[in-house]
Amino acid sequence: MAAPVQSRVDSAAPTAQKLTIGKALNMGLRAAMEADDKVVILGEDVGKLGGVFRITDGLQKDFGEQRVLDTPLAESGIIGTAVGLAVRGFRPVCEIQFEGFIFPGFDQISSQLAKLHYRTQGKIKVPVVVRVPFGGGIGAVEHHSESPESLFAHIPGLKVVSCSNPTDAYWMIQQAIACDDPVLFFEPKRLYHNGQLKSEVDTSQPAGPLFASRVVRQGTDCTLVAYGPSVKVCLDAAAAAADEGRSLEVIDLRTISPLDLGPVFESVRRTGRLVAVSEASAESSVTSEIAARVQQECFYSLEAPVLRATGFDTPYPPSKLEEHFLPDLDRVLHTVDRAMGW
Amino acid sequence: MPSPEQWTHPEPGEGPAAQAAQPSREQVIAGLRNTDAGGAEVTQLLTPEGERIASPQFDRYISDIDPEALRGLYRDMVLVRRADREANAMQRQGQLGIWVPLLGQEAAQVGSGRALKPQDMAFPSYREHGVAYTRGVDFKELLGIFRCTDHSGWDFKAHGFHPYTIVIGNQVLNAAGYAMGQKFEGRVGNTDGDGNPSSTDEATIVYFGDGATSQGDVHEGFVWAAVYDAPLVFFCQNNQWAISEPTERQSRLPLYQRARGYGFPGIRVDGNDVLACLAVTRWALEECRHGNGPVLIEAFTYRMDAHTTTDDPTRYRLSDELEVWKHKDPIERVRVHLARNGHADQAWFDQIQSEADAFAADLREFCFNMPEPPPERVFANVYAEPSPVLDAQRDEYLSYLAGFVEAGER
Ligand SMILES: Cc1ncc(C[n+]2csc(CCOP(=O)(O)OP(=O)(O)O)c2C)c(N)n1
Repeated sequence: MAAPVQSRVDSAAPTAQKLTIGKALNMGLRAAMEADDKVVILGEDVGKLGGVFRITDGLQKDFGEQRVLDTPLAESGIIGTAVGLAVRGFRPVCEIQFEGFIFPGFDQISSQLAKLHYRTQGKIKVPVVVRVPFGGGIGAVEHHSESPESLFAHIPGLKVVSCSNPTDAYWMIQQAIACDDPVLFFEPKRLYHNGQLKSEVDTSQPAGPLFASRVVRQGTDCTLVAYGPSVKVCLDAAAAAADEGRSLEVIDLRTISPLDLGPVFESVRRTGRLVAVSEASAESSVTSEIAARVQQECFYSLEAPVLRATGFDTPYPPSKLEEHFLPDLDRVLHTVDRAMGW
Repeated sequence: MPSPEQWTHPEPGEGPAAQAAQPSREQVIAGLRNTDAGGAEVTQLLTPEGERIASPQFDRYISDIDPEALRGLYRDMVLVRRADREANAMQRQGQLGIWVPLLGQEAAQVGSGRALKPQDMAFPSYREHGVAYTRGVDFKELLGIFRCTDHSGWDFKAHGFHPYTIVIGNQVLNAAGYAMGQKFEGRVGNTDGDGNPSSTDEATIVYFGDGATSQGDVHEGFVWAAVYDAPLVFFCQNNQWAISEPTERQSRLPLYQRARGYGFPGIRVDGNDVLACLAVTRWALEECRHGNGPVLIEAFTYRMDAHTTTDDPTRYRLSDELEVWKHKDPIERVRVHLARNGHADQAWFDQIQSEADAFAADLREFCFNMPEPPPERVFANVYAEPSPVLDAQRDEYLSYLAGFVEAGER
């Protein structure tokens, strides 16, 4: 970490406010920009428009066009110049408009961003954050609802995280920016402006370290592990299960790479069962990795194989069909039933 | 103020004095945008006031456009606009998930689309509803994409119209490859006795926006098409904005001038002039059929609506700008021309309008009655070859769904 995140907090600022995830990200970005004038934001439409989701709303107005750059329309250009800016000492935060448009930048991410530190034996640091709104459930057209995080988790040299609530959104974005390694920051776009999730954000205290997963609901019968948009689904499922007398533990992974499975192992040793939930297709994914490692570490504690509720191994369907594709509360509970019935 | 053309190509050997004469950033921007007419080099055959301008170079490409043919182009544009407005309204009523309006781009699309021959191939971006119409794709077939029941429906081969492409610039390389294929199969450069391209010679056209010109894929498409002499017309609709980003965020140089750096001709046409778009695209396609391709056309136009129905242009665009462009409406100038020259009377215009209304009503009815796709569609056509793994996933999911039916829950 370049600088302790806590020292950045304006002590006069109110310590608790009710925010959505989107607003919390906006405030987190603002705080990071105020604390360090080397933080620059770059992306398509991030300036005047405030981004298509308005996450950067007002930042260009307050920090100017050299700190919030409306870039030409080219993702390879956005990531590639961010790498160069980082080499020069900046801390760029790239916004990719929708996850389906990250692939023109994939080459720069995998060939340069992820590897420069290694290739130069640590002489070059690339503290770049790539913000990626991801996931489905918004009724969009093609390329606007995908979950490509596993592709990035597979690339050594990158860190990959995802937030699921306003407090994490506010703090994790600042922690990611302060991190000296490149971080892919996956934001659950369907929760950006979800009023149900509005919560008080304590801007004086980070909610915990960036690369750590966390138990967000305690339970005894079966463990659910998820990240990003699926965390809410799991919490809702756990609440529904409780009405029927079943006790589910929910873990928010928060960090996808490095995976922090310690809390998951501990939980599984108590509950004996694990269901991993994610919108991404199952094959060769984050949930595959979780299943493999939990089976390795908790073999003697498991009462059932690790099961998964995920997107199917198909491209993201036309969104009239997305309710079938996305693992919802029912599908999670159905999978829990299977684990319990083993 | 020097015109962009004067400063963008300094001759070799020009010294520091020439450097000093470089324009300011404001001049660069003015060079790109001042010119609501598109600058000195824009090709125009029909003025916004509906006056026909003679062109020694391009008139021969529209010698067949008699009053009846011009009325046909007018009708095309009116129908396309009416359908576009209807779809926009249907989005507002929740019938479509999103709509991508083309308002103001009718001439660029109908003019270029009508220049194509049946054997040609068009690669659209996602706003080419007018081109789709000229390729005989039923407007209804576009709706599935925006109602989110489908990614693409039409028979691309039968229509010579590739599926829409949302990822900016991707289709440009695909089009280059397709055009290379036309060339490798000997479908260019076969002249008849009079030196004209044979009736079977083919060409490809690819559509993209001004924003897209920044993407690597588009630059690579320029390189590929150039070095393989592919019969490809690059048709850039410069509608001035890439969501909130104006053209000067993509280039210091008028876009059509880029072609020179890749080694093929570039031309700027008044994109609100259907005759000019038709003539220039026919010329470019003929170049391709002769084996002289590629060609870049920059259609200088303006989209008089939001980027999409989810966009809010009031955050970045001045309403004055829209007012200026309303005076250059692509449909209005043809109407004035037809009326002033006695080629159409009010009764005829009224008849076209009611035809357009019927066209829109038909579209609306179709949209409202579109069936929902069944869940098994999620699993269909992922692979060309059978996939037992997916078949099993599908069967498992369908039996899971059936469980709800048995329990009377869904
Ligand atoms: C690779 C990629 N990046 C970002 C987007 C999101 N996006 C959709 S349309 C658009 C603007 C495109 O502008 P332009 O190329 O000028 O075409 P226009 O829509 O104005 O016709 C953007 C940024 C995308 N579709 N693909």
